[in-house]
Amino acid sequence: MKAQKEKMQRSRSLTNGGFFRRLAIYGFLGIASGIVLTPFVTLLNVSVQSPDSTATNLSWPENFYWQNFVTAWTKGDFPLPMLMLNSLIVASVVVPTTVLVSVLAGYAFGTLRFRGDKFLFFIFMIGLIMPFEATIVPLYYQLRSMGLINNLVGVMLPQVGLFCAFGIFWLRQFFKAMPPSLIEAAKVDGAGTFRILRSVLLPISWPPILTLATLVFIWSWNEFLLALVVLDRETRTAPSGLASFSGQWTTDIPALSAAAILVALPTVILYVALNRKIIAGILQGAVKG
Amino acid sequence: MKFQQATKTDLVNLKFIRGLSLQRLIPYLYIIPAGVFFTAFVLWPLFQTMNLSLFEWTGIIGAPVTFVGLNNYVSILSEAYTWMALSHTLVFILTFSIIPVCLGLTFAALFSREKIVGLVFFRTVIFLPQVIASVVIGVAWRWVYQDLGTLNQVLSVLGISEGRAWLGDFEWALVAVGLIGSWVMTGLTMVLFLSGVGRIDSDLYDAVKIDGGGAFREFFSVTLPGLRPELIVAMTITLIAALRSFDLVFVTTKGGPGKETIVPGTEIYRLAFRENYLGEAASMAMILALIILALVRTISFLLRERQ
Repeated sequence: MKAQKEKMQRSRSLTNGGFFRRLAIYGFLGIASGIVLTPFVTLLNVSVQSPDSTATNLSWPENFYWQNFVTAWTKGDFPLPMLMLNSLIVASVVVPTTVLVSVLAGYAFGTLRFRGDKFLFFIFMIGLIMPFEATIVPLYYQLRSMGLINNLVGVMLPQVGLFCAFGIFWLRQFFKAMPPSLIEAAKVDGAGTFRILRSVLLPISWPPILTLATLVFIWSWNEFLLALVVLDRETRTAPSGLASFSGQWTTDIPALSAAAILVALPTVILYVALNRKIIAGILQGAVKG
Repeated sequence: MKFQQATKTDLVNLKFIRGLSLQRLIPYLYIIPAGVFFTAFVLWPLFQTMNLSLFEWTGIIGAPVTFVGLNNYVSILSEAYTWMALSHTLVFILTFSIIPVCLGLTFAALFSREKIVGLVFFRTVIFLPQVIASVVIGVAWRWVYQDLGTLNQVLSVLGISEGRAWLGDFEWALVAVGLIGSWVMTGLTMVLFLSGVGRIDSDLYDAVKIDGGGAFREFFSVTLPGLRPELIVAMTITLIAALRSFDLVFVTTKGGPGKETIVPGTEIYRLAFRENYLGEAASMAMILALIILALVRTISFLLRERQ
C-alpha cells in the first residue's frame, strides 16, 4: 500500500519534472540556436544596408541594397570571381585525388594483413592531429624549392597529404566492417585483391566515399593558412583572398559582408543538402584519440 | 642425384620465396600513393621542423645555415611574447574546450532520453559554424563586436549602455576572440554528446530510478560514464582547435590590439614570414606540436577504460 503510494508520487513528480525538463530543453535549444544564428543574421543584415552605412548590427535597413552583392562580385580591385574559381580549381583536384589514394590505402588497412600494418596506420594518424601550423615553415621552403610558390599546385599537394589521413581512417573503418564472407567468396572465385576492391567492395562503398568527398571539399575550400602563405594576393583562394582584401575594404562594409556570404555559400549549400552525412563524418573524424 | 635434389629444393624454395614476397608486397602497393603524399607534405615537413629548429637561417637563397643546437629554444623561451602567446592559449583552452564540453554535458544531462520534436532542425543549426570558413566567421563577429555592433545593441536593450569596440579593447579582446571559439565548438560538443546519450542503454536509467536516485546520480553514474568515448573525442577536437587558433585570430584581430591576442600560430607566422627568424619559428612550431601530442596522449590516458 505504502509502496504503491510512493510509486504514484514518484511517477507524478516525474511527469511534472517532464514538463519543466521539456521547457528547459527547448529553452536551451532555442537560446543556443539564437546565439549561433545572431552573427550570421548580422552579416546578412549588414550586407543589404546602404553602401555608406557603418552600423553593423541588427537594425532593419531602410532599403534593401541587394546590389551590394553585384558590387562584391564585380568590383575591380576585389577579384572575387577569380578567388572563388581558384578555390574551385584547388578543390576539384584535391577531392578526387584524396578520395583515390584514401580508397586504396583504406582498403589495404581495412582488409589486408601485412607486416607493420598497425605501425603504418598509426603514423598516418599523426595527420589527424597535426595542423599546418606545425609544418608550415619548412613546407613553405620545400614548396619554394619545388617551384610551387604562387602556384595552385603548391596548395593542392599538401592538402592531399593532410586530408588523406582522415580519408584512410574513415574508409578503413568502413572496409573493416565488411562481412569477411563477401571477400572470401570472391577469393575462392580466384579474384585478386584489386578485383575484389573494384568489383566487390567499390560498388557498395559509394555512401562513405561521398561523405568523404563532401568533407574534403569543405576543408579544402575553407583552408586558410597554407593558401595565405603560399599564394600571392591575386591568385589566392577565396577565404585567404577575402582576408587579405578585407582590411583594404572596410570603407564598404556592406559589400565586404556580401563577399563573405558568397564565399561561405558553396559550403553552406552542401551542408544544407547533406547535413546528416557531414555531421556524422566530422564527429567520427577524431574518434581516434 | 644429390646435385639434382639440391637444385630441386632450391628451385622450390626460390619459387616459394618469390611468390610469397610478391604476395606480401601487394598491400604496400595500395599504401604507396597515399604514403607519398603524406610523407612528402606532412611527415617530412614535420621532421624538417625539428631539424630547422636547431639551425639559424633567414630563408634567403644562399644565406648561411648555421647549426645552433638548442639556442632557438632558449631564445624563444626567454622571450616574453612566447609566454604571452602560451598564456593566451590557456584562456583559449578554457573557452574553446572546457566551456563547450561543460555546456554540452549539461545539455546531455538535461536531455537524457527526452524525445525532441524538431531535433534535426536544431542540430543542423547549432552545428553550422563547423562548416563555415573562419574568415567568414571572423567578418561576422567583427561586426557583432564593433562599437555600433550587435553585441552593444543587445546590451543596450538589456539596459547596459556600452560603446566599447570589443576586439580593439586591451582588456576584452582576448576574451572576445575566445568566446568566438566557444560559439564554434559548443554546437559540436552538443551534437556529439546528444548522439552519445542516445546510445546509452535505457535500462541503466530505469535502474537508477528504481534505486530512487535523482538527476545527479543519474548524471554521474549513467550519463557521464556512458559518454566516455564521446568525451574523449570532444576533448581532443576542442583542445586541438584551441591550439590551432591561428585562422580565427588572424581574421579578427591579427594578434592585436598590441600583443593582447597573439597565440603560438600567429607567432610562428610572424617569426617565419614577417621577420625571417626561421629557426625560432620552427622551434615555436615544435613546441606547439609537442603540446598537441602531449595533450592528446593525456586525454586518452586520463579517460581510458579502467578495468
